[in-house]
Amino acid sequence: MRGPVIGVLALQGDVREHLAALTGVGVDARPVRRPAELDAVDGLVIPGGESTTMSKLVDIFGLREPVDKRIAAGMPVYGSCAGMIMLAAEVLDGRPDQRGFAGIGMTVRRNAFGRQVDSFEAPVRVAGVDGPAFHAVFIRAPWVERVDPGVEVLGRVTGGPAVDRVVAVRQGNLLATSFHPELTGDLRLHRYFADLVAAAR
Amino acid sequence: MPEPTSPNAGDAQVWGTARVKRGMAEMLKGGVIMDVVTAEQARIAEDAGAVAVMALERVPADIRAQGGVSRMSDPDMIDGIIQAVSIPVMAKARIGHFVEAQILQSLGVDYVDESEVLTPADYANHIDKWAFTVPFVCGATNLGEALRRITEGAAMIRSKGEAGTGDVSNATMHMRRIRQEIARLSSLPADELFVAAKELQAPYELVREVAETGKLPVVLFTAGGIATPADAAMMMQLGAEGVFVGSGIFKSGNPAQRAAAIVKATTFHDDPDVLAKVSRGLGEAMVGINVDEIPQPHRLAERGW
Repeated sequence: MRGPVIGVLALQGDVREHLAALTGVGVDARPVRRPAELDAVDGLVIPGGESTTMSKLVDIFGLREPVDKRIAAGMPVYGSCAGMIMLAAEVLDGRPDQRGFAGIGMTVRRNAFGRQVDSFEAPVRVAGVDGPAFHAVFIRAPWVERVDPGVEVLGRVTGGPAVDRVVAVRQGNLLATSFHPELTGDLRLHRYFADLVAAAR
Repeated sequence: MPEPTSPNAGDAQVWGTARVKRGMAEMLKGGVIMDVVTAEQARIAEDAGAVAVMALERVPADIRAQGGVSRMSDPDMIDGIIQAVSIPVMAKARIGHFVEAQILQSLGVDYVDESEVLTPADYANHIDKWAFTVPFVCGATNLGEALRRITEGAAMIRSKGEAGTGDVSNATMHMRRIRQEIARLSSLPADELFVAAKELQAPYELVREVAETGKLPVVLFTAGGIATPADAAMMMQLGAEGVFVGSGIFKSGNPAQRAAAIVKATTFHDDPDVLAKVSRGLGEAMVGINVDEIPQPHRLAERGW
């Protein structure tokens, strides 16, 4: 039996880093820009990038409905940063026409920590992932302001001005982080997601 | 995978690290950054799907036409653009003008472009970019220049091209040259990298890193003379990781439509069917100037070293 195939939504953003991280945990990883490419994957990563740009390109290139259908059918999806925004049912401080996928029952605030000069690195523990805290990289990152019942909070900021803000969540097969594990060479979260994809097949 | 660029911070939070600066540029990859001179233009750019805007007082084509000393933009104008859009806002400082850069950081811009498009403020030194929390992008015409800027702390590089012309030939030349020089480094035996570093006038450690990884340690965009979706797609196919468009959008007949077309062409840069579709019905492109017809002292790419 073949291993899981995981796609990375390759419309814009740090696609290469996610592909490298997935390859690093032994997954067959492929860029996804077209509905036909989506059909060939068992799970999807939505990378970091500019969520307003991604949202537009998803509509223009006809990916919204196919992705929503796959999510409804149980396809695992992991979003980092902009990917978290794309998975949120409600977005604050976004553009009025900005829409994500029919994803996690949560409200996220875009650019919540501030502008680029406020971008930072900090340790974050993620429930269900063994080992030390992640060295989390936050870049004009969102945070989660509210979650529906049934959404698990997996990680929070542990210090500083934004202490206790929620930055990692999971709802069923959907996973989202405000930070970018793909930038640090720490592959544990991609392994966690690959296991989730393998279990869902 | 990228190497860790900062020490393990333990429990502390850290700001302004090389990783968050370079990481910001990673998030812009595959996107288009558009020059804007008003809040209204910034909104048009955001509507079209720009990943960021570059706030400046005059687009390069006008700087070229009007002459005079060109400086950092008015803080009120930059503030207006920051208020108008939710995407990142970049702004230009003159080469070597570290106080303009301090002001831009204080205004909260997300990236500073130490730019040859403005009149240089120092003909010997570039800005010490390590001294800032805000990240910097700098132009380069070749690998040595790119590595010197990275040594000074640049977190993103763009090929210079020849701004304000609508003539893409210099952007092509600079992208090809940087790519060729990286390929050459990768092919050299280890004991020849010392001389290669001397020739490139760049630190040996950085030269060795490029030779081993086959790429710059920071994101490489293209800029200068890009006027059409086909121009943007060609630069992507030549290895650019994203595109700056200056005068090409707001000096054209239908800026909103052209901006959206360049965004789509950048994402689907390797799909001629999409490129053909988005290239239709865009109206007039900017009126161009052939780089060959610009007298040597007026070529912007030759500013910086």
